[in-house]
Amino acid sequence: MNWNSIFQQAISQAFGLNAVVFAMATIGLNVHFGYTGLLNFGHIGFVAMGGYGVGMAITTFGLNPYLGLLVGIIYALLFALILGVPTLRLRGDYLAIVTIAASEVFRIVVRSTTLAPLTGGNTGITAFAAPFYELNPFTERLYSFGPFFYTGPNLFMITIGWPLVILVTLGIWQLMRSPWGRVVKAIREDEDAARALGKNAYWYKLQSLMLGGAIGGLAGILLAIGNSTVQPDYFVPVQTFFLWAALILGGVGRIWSPIVGSMLFWALLTITDGVMRGLQSTGAIPSWLMDGPQVGQVRFMLVGLGLALLMVYRPQGIFGSRQEMMLDAR
Amino acid sequence: MPVDAAPSPLAGVPYEPGVDKPDPILIVEGMRKAFGGLMAVDVHKVSIQRGLITALIGPNGAGKTTFFNLLTGFDQPDSGSTIFDGQDVSGFSPFRLAKMGMVRTFQLTKSLTRLNVIENMKLGAKGQVGEGFLQAFLPFFWKGQEREIEARAEDLLARFRLAHMRDEYAGTLSGGQRKLLEMARALMVEPDLVMLDEPMAGVNPALTQSLLEHVKSLRSQGITIVFVEHDMDVVRDISDWVVVMSEGRVIAEGPPEVIGQDPDVIDAYLGAHHDAPLTVAQEEQQLAQIEVQLDEPGTDAP
Ligand SMILES: Nc1ncnc2c1ncn2[C@@H]1O[C@H](COP(=O)(O)OP(=O)(O)O)[C@@H](O)[C@H]1O
Ligand SMILES: [Mg+2]
Repeated sequence: MNWNSIFQQAISQAFGLNAVVFAMATIGLNVHFGYTGLLNFGHIGFVAMGGYGVGMAITTFGLNPYLGLLVGIIYALLFALILGVPTLRLRGDYLAIVTIAASEVFRIVVRSTTLAPLTGGNTGITAFAAPFYELNPFTERLYSFGPFFYTGPNLFMITIGWPLVILVTLGIWQLMRSPWGRVVKAIREDEDAARALGKNAYWYKLQSLMLGGAIGGLAGILLAIGNSTVQPDYFVPVQTFFLWAALILGGVGRIWSPIVGSMLFWALLTITDGVMRGLQSTGAIPSWLMDGPQVGQVRFMLVGLGLALLMVYRPQGIFGSRQEMMLDAR
Repeated sequence: MPVDAAPSPLAGVPYEPGVDKPDPILIVEGMRKAFGGLMAVDVHKVSIQRGLITALIGPNGAGKTTFFNLLTGFDQPDSGSTIFDGQDVSGFSPFRLAKMGMVRTFQLTKSLTRLNVIENMKLGAKGQVGEGFLQAFLPFFWKGQEREIEARAEDLLARFRLAHMRDEYAGTLSGGQRKLLEMARALMVEPDLVMLDEPMAGVNPALTQSLLEHVKSLRSQGITIVFVEHDMDVVRDISDWVVVMSEGRVIAEGPPEVIGQDPDVIDAYLGAHHDAPLTVAQEEQQLAQIEVQLDEPGTDAP
């Protein structure tokens, strides 16, 4: 087995485009659940809004590409309003149901043949990212340095994406240590207590849903431009749960956990994949047990097992505080 | 009522349910709330005198908590109106009422467990600039206000003997300390009317006395207090006026000395009160416990 190559791939993935997109999206999820206690089980829908927003703005509506970026964010904000306004007055589980349903409805609608002229149907939208790559200084096809290797376009998005992720993280950090952050955390703990003290819980929950949604939209924009395409079937519900996995891995409600959780998630996925393929090629995993494509599925089972073990041995995640976790159990 | 008090503003007010008060801060009329077939609240009229301590008593299930919920907007009545400070506030949401100066606490305490004690307190302050989304990014605009709020919070924490818990998670407090925190936090709002739902329940007896002193000191600051309480001794000690509820209705009103003798009230209590009397052994045990706790200030039985 080539450990060197597995390690190289894992490191590249941990800092790669997937991890950037996951980190950004998970920051939004952390705003929702980690700080405000909103149960969002359709976060990938917000990511899709960002991607489709920028893609449709440029191809379908023929807007200026930079205006297209804004449209991506506006799509996500509108999605938050549509989901939040009717549900945030109700108990938390309503938001959970509505988010998961709405994100899946959106995917099915945009991939329909009827809407193909607008959304590209099941092949999605392509040919919108070119204007952004005019700025790309990494014109070669492949770049390799140290353990890292990336394509030119990917390297471009990574060098833009990570600083952006850090910037958004710092913004959230400031927000959560302000009185605004105190109100949303109070709502997470007990909404009625916050209301009894004169805080408009509904309005703060809506603000939080919009903020986290816009950050999810930003992740979708990075994804769309990084891949030069928006594919409807990327935005399946299971992606939402991978985002949750990354958040839980890092530790819910902690400022750096979306970044570290996402990097670890992608590194682990790559390592399990590499190891299983290695075992397969040496015959340690016989072909009657598992063939090539099945490895891709089994690695997610292993990640699931890993998360289950994490819940048993370190339920607070990497950054979480055990003391805080135990308070919750009372 | 304290013997040495100035002539009561309620002197001459007849002792009958629904009677008008000379200077009411709160007037409730025709308030009804049914849960299925059960009429939990059916109050024709209640008027609360400004600047006094009014006790709301009644057996378990009388509808006191439901009545509080209706007044503070946490539950909507089937019918009825609330006038607060001369303004019709029927149907107002809880946060709006709180901003207007009507603040409540809960029978089952709502401490924000994963915020520390000082953050719990600071949350209560009104008109915080940093609670605006955009301003939150610019500490320059609210750091000064934050410091003032913190100073006020620390002052209150000291008065409520919680200063030593300042930086602990509220979830680590004992049941009694949580009651204290909730009351102190409500005062951070700078309310005109405080509604306390069983503030003494679960507070250890050594602390009850100081809690009562706090309530009295609120009155001397001009704050109106309505509180729910079971213990007739406590009611007699601190309240200026007593409203008695039974089966959703107000059955009697008057000063505590009179209410204590009212046959209807005694009847309502004897009919439905379940508190078993203390045996001699239990009483001795409790007294011993109090003595121990008095020796180590700051601790508090859960
Ligand atoms: N949400 C509810 N649904 C149904 N019944 C309720 C509800 N809340 C209170 N009740 C009933 O209303 C009556 C009054 O309750 P409550 O206001 O809690 O009384 P108190 O605070 O005086 O002990 C009780 O019989 C109680 O069971
Ligand atoms: Mg009650």
